[in-house]
Amino acid sequence: MNDTVTLNDGSGGRQSARLIRKVFVRRFGIPLPLTDSAVLEEDGSLLAFTTDSYIVDPVFFPGGNIGKLAVCGTVNDLAVSGAVPMFISASFIIEEGFPLDDLEQIAGSMAEEAENAGVRIVTGDTKVAGRGKCDRIFITTAGIGRLKPQFRSIGTGNKVRAGDRIIVNGSLGNHAVAILGARHDLSFSTQVVSDCASMNHLIQLVLKECSEVHFMRDLTRGGLAAVLNELAQMTGKGMTIDERSVPVDSVVRGLCETMGFDPLHLANEGKIAYVIGESDYMKALEVLRNHPLGSGSAVIGHITDVNPGSVRLITSAGGTRIMEPPSGMLIPRIC
Amino acid sequence: MKYIEEFRDKDLIKKLIRHIGMVMRGKYVFMEVCGGHTSAIHRFGIPSMLPSGISLISGPGCPVCVTAMDFIDRAIVLAGYSDVIIATFGDLIRVPGSSSSLERKRSAGADVRIIFSPLDALDIARENPGKKVVFAGIGFETTAPATAVTVLQAGKEKIGNFYVLSAHKLMPPVMEAVAGGGTALDGFICPGHVAAITGSGIFDFLPEKHGIGCAIAGFEPTDILQSVLMLVRQVNLKSPSVEIAYTRVVNAGGNRIALKAMSEVFEPCDTSWRGFGRIAASGLKLREEFAGFDAERRMPVEIPQGIENPACICPDILRGLMKPCECTLFGKGCTPDNPVGACMVSSEGACNTHYRYNIYE
Repeated sequence: MNDTVTLNDGSGGRQSARLIRKVFVRRFGIPLPLTDSAVLEEDGSLLAFTTDSYIVDPVFFPGGNIGKLAVCGTVNDLAVSGAVPMFISASFIIEEGFPLDDLEQIAGSMAEEAENAGVRIVTGDTKVAGRGKCDRIFITTAGIGRLKPQFRSIGTGNKVRAGDRIIVNGSLGNHAVAILGARHDLSFSTQVVSDCASMNHLIQLVLKECSEVHFMRDLTRGGLAAVLNELAQMTGKGMTIDERSVPVDSVVRGLCETMGFDPLHLANEGKIAYVIGESDYMKALEVLRNHPLGSGSAVIGHITDVNPGSVRLITSAGGTRIMEPPSGMLIPRIC
Repeated sequence: MKYIEEFRDKDLIKKLIRHIGMVMRGKYVFMEVCGGHTSAIHRFGIPSMLPSGISLISGPGCPVCVTAMDFIDRAIVLAGYSDVIIATFGDLIRVPGSSSSLERKRSAGADVRIIFSPLDALDIARENPGKKVVFAGIGFETTAPATAVTVLQAGKEKIGNFYVLSAHKLMPPVMEAVAGGGTALDGFICPGHVAAITGSGIFDFLPEKHGIGCAIAGFEPTDILQSVLMLVRQVNLKSPSVEIAYTRVVNAGGNRIALKAMSEVFEPCDTSWRGFGRIAASGLKLREEFAGFDAERRMPVEIPQGIENPACICPDILRGLMKPCECTLFGKGCTPDNPVGACMVSSEGACNTHYRYNIYE
């Protein structure tokens, strides 16, 4: 009975990874490990290249809209690979009947965010689908950025070693909660605003000041738990995370308690996990905390040689357990 | 978060654990009946902190886990009708029936919606007058009152396209089945939110008839540890009783409004449980005057004869006779991504929580 694609396959967790490996990786001959951007070498210079599609319901949400998201997401995918994002493409699939005002507002946000990030939207495509053939608007962006050779292994985590510290640049889960709240289908409304932001300038600052940035990844679908488990699998290292030191806003935490969600599984659009060498992480923390997009930064754990391939969580209660990767869609608990 | 952080106080937790260690005189096996407890125990890493002489085993209080396959199959058949919308609680959509699941039906085009409250199903019915909206209701005394209130509201508004497919169940009969079923137990950690509705008295028969002590617990680490301490003491003193470790929510009388709604709408019936088979007067069905809302009566369907995977030991796990890691399928043929038994589906299921949170050395 396992022969159709389900929503779980698109949730960013284990099932998504399995689908990509099973269907695409072998056929396309993509080298492992899978990273946020491909690194391309041409005449001795390196380019990072990435693409991402955006479907979001609702199209407008507190803190942004699908257009802003489409620019930030691709900028961030390039930036966490260590690249300086330069050019972006934008393709639109628009449902017949979509309000022109909304489309203009979305395009305006994209232009504004591209300017913030210092990238140019240079090419694109527009298709209109008949009513009901697509859900309002889907956007695909692709981007290229210049990558210095010394940052080449950041996306792969090859340099990650025991003792490295894991830092996140602020509270987790706000984007997911803002979207769920705006959807009004879970019987709550919140004041939580999405953290959607282009992180490339801050990332470049960190790279400039710290020579021991060993890995970066944006904490989008699947959240922190998905990224750390993937890194553990990629590197064969272990990790220990202290739940009490993971920043989560109290509104988000309260909502997670009520709905049975784990903030470590929630999507973010402006949060990065940094893995930084022992001698350099305090400097990185200082740089991050001095920037508006990193003022809530915290060291949340470290890399270990023990427990290879697995992420351990010291719970808020003081116990120890596995920090499991998310599986399938977020589903509210029953009682 | 006020009123939560206090119950997760690390120092208090350490103190409680030390205290438990001090009063222990041997080995103890306690069953946490409620799936919410199973989930909390593992999520907070409590097994890694407890003295080794204390074993906590999961019981039959995960609503998804104990829901019989014929109920899932019935919901799946109904989901196949083009004029039916199935509304249900999250985890249920993943439970495998005999040949499919609600999730699979949805990916094939069925209208299956996840809701947070039964009242949401009523909203869907109002918004879709041309469709029949079937709320697949599961859960114990905790969730049944909300279903009852929804049925009463539907009656008041004369909403003709709302139906309930009820697999609501009662806690005492299944605890009786465990207590009398050969599981070696020194005490029950009793479900706090069931007791909040019913009052603490529903567990009195356990110490009185079976000599098994009970501690009604909340869902924070200190609540659970306090209930463990209470049970250890009861065993030591050989004086089983019903104690409340959740006095901020539970009292002897329960929630009279919820109980009234429940008894107005539902009456007890014999029902099937995964793991236990048929248990007399352990289910809740709509009373005759609400038969118009009863999906089983109003929309009769032929359902396939469900066959459980014979290698799956969910039935023994639900009765506390075996542990998830003793199953040959556990973590191999059966994972949360591809569950065989219901205990691997629900986030409150024993197999699911063991798989997600436990450390295997």
